[in-house]
Amino acid sequence: MKRIECLRAVYPQLEKRVVVTIMGAVAIELQSIGHRENFFYLQHAMGLASSIGLGLAVSLPEETIVVFDGDGSLLMNLGTLSTLALSGAGNIVHVVFDNQNYLSAGGSPTATSQRANLEGVARASGIARTSSARSVEEFQTEFISALDSDRLTVLVAHVDTSGPSDWLTDLGLLENRFQFARYCQSLAKR
Amino acid sequence: MRVSETNSRLLYQTMKACGIQVVSALPESWLVPVIRMIGEDREMRLIRVAKEEEGVGISAGAHFAGKKSAIVIPNHGFLAAVNPIVSLAHLYKVPLMMFIAYRGTFGDTYPWHTPGGTVTEPLLQALRVPYTFLDSPGSLERRVRGAQDLAAASLLPVALLLKHELMMEA
Repeated sequence: MKRIECLRAVYPQLEKRVVVTIMGAVAIELQSIGHRENFFYLQHAMGLASSIGLGLAVSLPEETIVVFDGDGSLLMNLGTLSTLALSGAGNIVHVVFDNQNYLSAGGSPTATSQRANLEGVARASGIARTSSARSVEEFQTEFISALDSDRLTVLVAHVDTSGPSDWLTDLGLLENRFQFARYCQSLAKR
Repeated sequence: MRVSETNSRLLYQTMKACGIQVVSALPESWLVPVIRMIGEDREMRLIRVAKEEEGVGISAGAHFAGKKSAIVIPNHGFLAAVNPIVSLAHLYKVPLMMFIAYRGTFGDTYPWHTPGGTVTEPLLQALRVPYTFLDSPGSLERRVRGAQDLAAASLLPVALLLKHELMMEA
């Protein structure tokens, strides 16, 4: 399955969610479906999308935070999984698009192309609710179920090693950041 | 020498008085009491991280949501967090408050802390991170508030170096 098909399948569920993505393909593809003020694209600092998600989750306990991570990014910060589990935050759905490749950084295989199993790492890090998906239907079902669960969930989506042809959009990084912060702060004041 | 419980409590109380609600921390011996006190406070949210750079992300998230936050780490942890200071806090203008135990300087008897002690200030300077010292109880709150003001005005990371004189009993 393609990552963009997964994003399309759950796009309606993102309307009222606080969403953080990693750089590269995930950011470009979500923007291509339609940017919203509640989406933040972390265009660098690989590994920290879920840490930003945790900062948001503890600051906005009434909201569900959706993080769209990737295998290369998560492998750079595996400690985030035990931190998420230890934090006790229940309001995070941590999606990992595993394409077995550092695609957005030029294209070369990650450890998940061999034996590494990120759902297994998540579970062994103390995250009780984990799942994985290999079809778009399965992904959509698991994602919606995770949103409804009110529990910290790691959902690993096994996607093709393919992505967009260009990595830039006309959305400025700081424009995105300030717009997103205003959105989050309007939630905090509700 | 022992870590000062009195000054650790003062540091915790100052952070709370300054409105800091979310604290990411990774302990080392000087920081154990203050982290324990933050963890015991139900009005503050302590997040125990596995690596210091996570704290940069957590503070970014808290800031986007309008909460005041801080990172409490040793200087070797600051060394480990250099990339996100540049590629997240500088890139996205995040007013990061870093409380850094300044190990490996005058008064420190442990050899393994000394390399970090010699590079901490040059590295902060190279990163253009403004910093000041927390070295006495009397100036604590004024310096923390000053750091918060500068971070908020510049939307950039700032560092408060916790010195031996403050953290250890005489």
